[in-house]
Amino acid sequence: MSAPLSAPQRSLAARVATGVLGLLAAGGVIVAIAAFAYGRQAAREAYDRLLLGAAGDIAETVSIIDGAPSVDLPVSAFQLLALAPQDRIAYAVRGSDGGLITGYTLDLPQAAHSATQASFTDGWFGAERARFVTLPRRFAERDFSGTIRVTVGQTLRARNAMALDLTRDALIALTVAGVAMVLLASLVIAQAMRPLARLAEGLEARDPYDLTPMDDHVPTEAAVMVSAMNGFMRRLDRQFDAMRNLISDTAHQLRTPVAALRVQAELIAEEPDADKRGVMIERLLKRSRGLGTLLDQMLSRALVMHRTESAPRHIVDLRDVALDVIEETDLDLLSQEFSRDSDVKLVIGDTPVCVRADALMLGEAAKNLLINAFKHGAPPLRVGAELRGAQAVLWVEDGGQGLPEAVRGQIGARFTRTAASRGDSAGLGLSIVQAVARAFDGDVQFDQTPTGFRASLTLPAALSPALAEAVALGRSPTRGDTA
Amino acid sequence: MKRLIAPTAAILATALAAMFAAGLTGQQAMAQEASARFGAKDAPEIRLRSTTDLDVLGPAIAAFVAQHPDWAVQFDQWGSNLLYDQTLLECIAESGPKADAVISSAVHQMVDLVNRGCAGTYRSDRTAALSPSLQWRDEVWGITREAAVMIYNRAGVPEADVPHTRFALLDLLRPEASPYRGRVSTYDIEQSGLGYLFAYADSLEASTFGALMESFARTGAVATCCSSEIIESVASGDMLIAYNILGSYAQSHADPRVGIVWPEDYTLVLSRGFLLPKGSAQAEGGALLLDFLLSGQGQRVMAQSGLVATLDDTEGSNTEALVPAGALRPIRIEPTLLVARDAEKRARFLARWREVFAR
Repeated sequence: MSAPLSAPQRSLAARVATGVLGLLAAGGVIVAIAAFAYGRQAAREAYDRLLLGAAGDIAETVSIIDGAPSVDLPVSAFQLLALAPQDRIAYAVRGSDGGLITGYTLDLPQAAHSATQASFTDGWFGAERARFVTLPRRFAERDFSGTIRVTVGQTLRARNAMALDLTRDALIALTVAGVAMVLLASLVIAQAMRPLARLAEGLEARDPYDLTPMDDHVPTEAAVMVSAMNGFMRRLDRQFDAMRNLISDTAHQLRTPVAALRVQAELIAEEPDADKRGVMIERLLKRSRGLGTLLDQMLSRALVMHRTESAPRHIVDLRDVALDVIEETDLDLLSQEFSRDSDVKLVIGDTPVCVRADALMLGEAAKNLLINAFKHGAPPLRVGAELRGAQAVLWVEDGGQGLPEAVRGQIGARFTRTAASRGDSAGLGLSIVQAVARAFDGDVQFDQTPTGFRASLTLPAALSPALAEAVALGRSPTRGDTA
Repeated sequence: MKRLIAPTAAILATALAAMFAAGLTGQQAMAQEASARFGAKDAPEIRLRSTTDLDVLGPAIAAFVAQHPDWAVQFDQWGSNLLYDQTLLECIAESGPKADAVISSAVHQMVDLVNRGCAGTYRSDRTAALSPSLQWRDEVWGITREAAVMIYNRAGVPEADVPHTRFALLDLLRPEASPYRGRVSTYDIEQSGLGYLFAYADSLEASTFGALMESFARTGAVATCCSSEIIESVASGDMLIAYNILGSYAQSHADPRVGIVWPEDYTLVLSRGFLLPKGSAQAEGGALLLDFLLSGQGQRVMAQSGLVATLDDTEGSNTEALVPAGALRPIRIEPTLLVARDAEKRARFLARWREVFAR
C-alpha cells in the first residue's frame, strides 16, 4: 500500500476547495460591481437632492419687480451646496425668453425643458464633469407672465468620494465575510472528508489475511465502495474456504485408501501362493478403481465449489443436460463395475426446460445422480427433465427402494457413509448435487414413485411454462390461439 | 428696475478690446498702483499681484527672497476689482503672460476665480495644516488674519465718545446736531472689492447693518476708495471716524493721531486669499512663495506688519487688541461667498448703497 501505483489524481478536498473558492471569487466580483453601482446610485440620489434643494431655494427668491423678474440670491442655497465642500458651483437663472437674469454666463447644459418638473442632466462645468438640475417656476402676474428657469450645477468630487466610500465599506465587509467563509468551508470540507481517511487508515492497518467485512457505518457515497469491497472479500474468503476444504478433504480421504493400497500391495509381494496372489491382485484392482472414482468425485466437487463463485449464469436447457449425461458418461464402465445393465432410458418432452445456471455444474450434478443410481439403485434406470409449475426438474430414477429414511435427511453432508454404501464410497456424490442445487437456488428431492426411486434436482425455471411451450411450438405466445 | 448686465462681463469686454488694441502691458501699467522688484537681477521672476500695500507686504516678500536667493519677485500692487478682472481675463485667454501668484483681500473674488476654474491646485504639509475654513479645493488659501476695525481721530473724538460697538456709533450719529455729521467715512464699495466684502459680511451678520446704512445716509457719510486715503483723512482730522477699515493698514500707519477700535459686538476677521493662477509660467515659484508665507517665519514677518493680528487673549500681548470671546467673525473661504459675487445681488446692494451715499 505504501508504493503508489500511479500519480494520484487531484484530491477530493482540492476539487471541493477549488470549487468553493471559485464560487466565492465569482460571487465577490459580482457583489463588488453591485456595491459600486449601488454606491454611485446612492451618492447620485443624495447629492441630486442637495442640488434640487438649492435650486428650490433660489427659485423661491425670484420676484417680479417693475415687471421684470429679479433674484435675491439666498445664502442658504449655497450653504446647502457647500455640504459638498470641495465642489464648484454653477448656477444661472433664466427668464422666459431664455435670457440670463443672473448667474454664470458660461454655457451651462440645459436639461430637457419641462414646464413643471425639475430635470437632471450630466454635463461639463469648465474642464470638470458636473451634474445639473433645472427647475422651472411659473409666474402669472399682472405685469409678468412666463416661466423662470433656475439651473444649478455642481462638480462631482463629493459624489465620487461618497460612491467610493460606500464601495470600499462594502468591499471590506465582503472581504471579511469571504475570509470567514473560506475558513468555515475548509473546516466543513475537512469534516466531510474524514470518513474517507478513516477508511484508508482501517485498510492500511488490516492484516492481509483478515477477510472479515469492513465497518460499513460510513456516508452513502463511501458505502458503495465499502460494500463492493466487502463483497469482493466475501468471495475471496469463500474461495479460500473452498480451497482449504478441498485440501483437508483430499488429505483426509486419500490417506486411508492409499495406505490400504500400499498394505495390499505389500501383502501381494509377500504372498507365495500364486492363486491367492491372483485374488489379492483382483482386490487391489478394485480398490484402485474405487480410489479413481473417489478422486474423480473430489475433483468434481472442487470444480462445483469453484464455479459456484466464479462461473457466469447462462440459460441452459435441462433436456440437453439429461441427454449429455447419458451420452458422455462411460456407461459400459459403470455397468461393468457395478455389474449392471448399461441401458439408461431418456425421458424428455418437446418443451424446453430452461434454467439460468452453469451447464458444466449441472452436468456434474447429473453425472453424480446417475452414478448413485448405478451404485445404489436397481434397474431400469431413467433420466428425464420436465417443467413442474415454475420449477424445472432434472431427475434420475431407478427401480429400487431408494435410501433409508434416516439417511435422506443427512445427505449432502460430507463423508456421510451409509451402511449400505460400499467401502470405497466417499459419500460425496449427493453433496455435490446438493451444492449445485444451492448454487442456483434449487433443491434436491427424493421420492418413491410407482416405478421406483427418483432423485430430483429442482431449480427455478428461467421461462414460464406457457412461454416455454410457445417456444417449443415455434410461435409467439401473444399471438397464441388466434392463428 | 432695469435689469443690470453683469458688470464683470462689461469690464471684461472692454478689457479684451484693450488687450487687443494696446497690448497687455499698457493695461497693466494703467491698473497697477505701485510696483517693486525683489531679488537678484538674473534670478527667475515670480510675478506677484496683490491688493496689499507694497509697504505692508514688502517685508514678507523681502524675507522670502532672502531665504530663496535663487528667486526674484516682481511685486505689483492693484486695486481689488481690477485685479479680479485682469486675473479672469488671463484665465480665459488661452495663452499670454500670467501672474504667478495673486493675493487679494477681496476673497469672494478669489473664491469666484476658483469656482470658474482659474486656479491651480497645490498641496503641501503647510497648506494641509491650514484650517479647512481658510482654504477651498486646495486652490485658494487664507494667508493672513486681519480685523475690520473702526478708527478715530484722537484729537477730534473725546475718550467718552469713542464707539466700542456699532450701537455706540449709531448713538453717536443719532442727535440732529451731532458733530460727526458728514465726518464719518468708509470704503466706497463700488470701487473697493474689500469694502464690498465687508459690507456684504455686515449685511449677513446683524440687523445693525440696516440701521447703520440709514444712519450713514442721514448724516452724509463719505465713501472713499482706498485704505490709505481714509486713514490720512482721519489722521488729519478731516474725518473723525472711519468704519470697517482694515486693522493692518491702520496699525502699519502707526499714526499717534489715530485711535483704533475693535468692535466688541462683533469683529469681522479677514484672511487674504492667495491663489496660483492655472498654467502660470512660474507656478513652482508661486507655490514656494505660498509655503513661505504660511511658514512660521513668513507669519512672523507678516505679524510685524499687522497682517497676522493677535486678536484674542491666547497670545495676549496687545491688551488694547482684545476682542470679547465669541465676537470674532472670521470670513470663511467657502463657496457661499459666491453669493456676494452674484450680479443681481451686487446690483441690489450697490443700488441701496448709492441711495445712501447719493449727495
